Amino acid sequence: MQTLTNRAQQVDRRPMTFWEKLYLPAIAKGMGITLSHIFSKKATVNYPEETRPFSPVFRGLHVLNRDEEGRERCTACGLCAVACPAEAITMEAAERKEGEEHLYREEKYAARYEINMLRCIFCGFCEEACPKQAIYMTETFAPANYQRKGFIYGKDDLLIPDPKHPVTVNKKEQ
Amino acid sequence: MNVHLLAIDWFFVIEKILLISAVLAVSLVIAMYSTWGERKVAAWIQDRRGPNRAGPFGLLQPLADGGKLFFKEEIIPATANKFLFVLGPSMAMLTACLTSAVIPWGDVLNIGGKDISLQIADVNIGVLWIMAVVGMGVYGIMIGGWASNNKFSLMAACRGASQVISYELPMGLSLIALFMLSGSLSLKDIVEQQREGLWYVVLQPIGFLIFLICAFAECNRTPFDLPEAENELNGGYHLEYSSMKLGFYLFAEYINMFISSALMATLYFGGYSFPYMDSLGLSPNLVTILGICALFLKTFAFIFFFMWVRWTLPRFRYDQLMKLGWKVLIPLALLNMLITGAVVLYRQG
Repeated sequence: MQTLTNRAQQVDRRPMTFWEKLYLPAIAKGMGITLSHIFSKKATVNYPEETRPFSPVFRGLHVLNRDEEGRERCTACGLCAVACPAEAITMEAAERKEGEEHLYREEKYAARYEINMLRCIFCGFCEEACPKQAIYMTETFAPANYQRKGFIYGKDDLLIPDPKHPVTVNKKEQ
Repeated sequence: MNVHLLAIDWFFVIEKILLISAVLAVSLVIAMYSTWGERKVAAWIQDRRGPNRAGPFGLLQPLADGGKLFFKEEIIPATANKFLFVLGPSMAMLTACLTSAVIPWGDVLNIGGKDISLQIADVNIGVLWIMAVVGMGVYGIMIGGWASNNKFSLMAACRGASQVISYELPMGLSLIALFMLSGSLSLKDIVEQQREGLWYVVLQPIGFLIFLICAFAECNRTPFDLPEAENELNGGYHLEYSSMKLGFYLFAEYINMFISSALMATLYFGGYSFPYMDSLGLSPNLVTILGICALFLKTFAFIFFFMWVRWTLPRFRYDQLMKLGWKVLIPLALLNMLITGAVVLYRQG
């Protein structure tokens, strides 16, 4: 018979020999295999205490970065929102007022910046699109939540703490 | 009739009550920790870690499971026969616990100049008693399956009944060959014979193999777990059961496993005897305690074997089960019996 690939193998349909009909050798062989698995390395880890290392290019939850003086880098240009294939990012821009130069790097900043983590596909296009190196993806993933609105991450969730003016951040329970 | 025969020997009564409580407690605790062991062995074989959250090494897991079962809602189906529905699991539990009465858990302990036998009842028909109780054990499954008034339960009960009946025959026949060698039905005598001579597994390898396979079938353990076949019968005879009534069924299975392991160790692997036990030169009480440890070691090895097989072999198809029982095991057991009989006759002269 013509075979499609050279990997095809004829099934052995010969009647079983007496040795095979005994089944016990085959059972012993199977038991040997399972016994060897008892002593083999476990495939699972003790999760909360131990986590698997991520690869260096892992794309997890986003953060909004600050510059070396602790000012927000985001200028609300909207390029990340445009680049986002899942349309997970929305933002509202605002103008920097007099006296807010220590808070925002550019004249325009994001007054509201939200990422819907249920929509996000963690492709990293936002990170690539950002001209100000403001958005980065970390090595953590979104924790579970009881409500959908808990997955909409605002600026207070995304923005990294200010290295110059450290405050204790109380993440409000949604 | 002598008057002293009518007087109650209170020491004897207390001794037996203590012994019964101890054996019952031990078998319950071992059954409890068998569930833990089962999950651990299953996990290891599947390259997992198994329960390790409740207490060190997950050792409190059985307590958590038991507590959960107690607090579950009791559901008795509206169409079920209430009396039989409760009788089913009770019967399964009762028969599972009854068997331990005739197994010699150890030799004689000498406490305060009085010899205490570590066997609840050394009856001269010990093995017959076990066969009778095991035969009764199937009523737990049958009654439970029938009383549930559910077609899957009923089907499972029918499967269970025919399976146990089919596999009791080769089991009995393999034991007859053993009795030809031992000349006694008392388990104590059988152990004492193995203490001096060879273990009966050496003299009866085929008999042991048949007994082992039948023990798997009698305990409804994989590969013979057709009565509870999860994926065909939704759990089988205990489909309608919830709460501790389900717990009783599951528990009875583990007690049965423990008892049949102990029985196999007693009949074929020397029971509480171990090699060179009489030439160690230790005090008799110490040797007895070591003997108890030896018996439990053998029993645990068998329990591990039960679990190991469960997580290795897939379930039989029903016709394969019947074919193995009637066309393979019974003729083999008969042949084994004939050969043993011939050899015994030849050696007698």
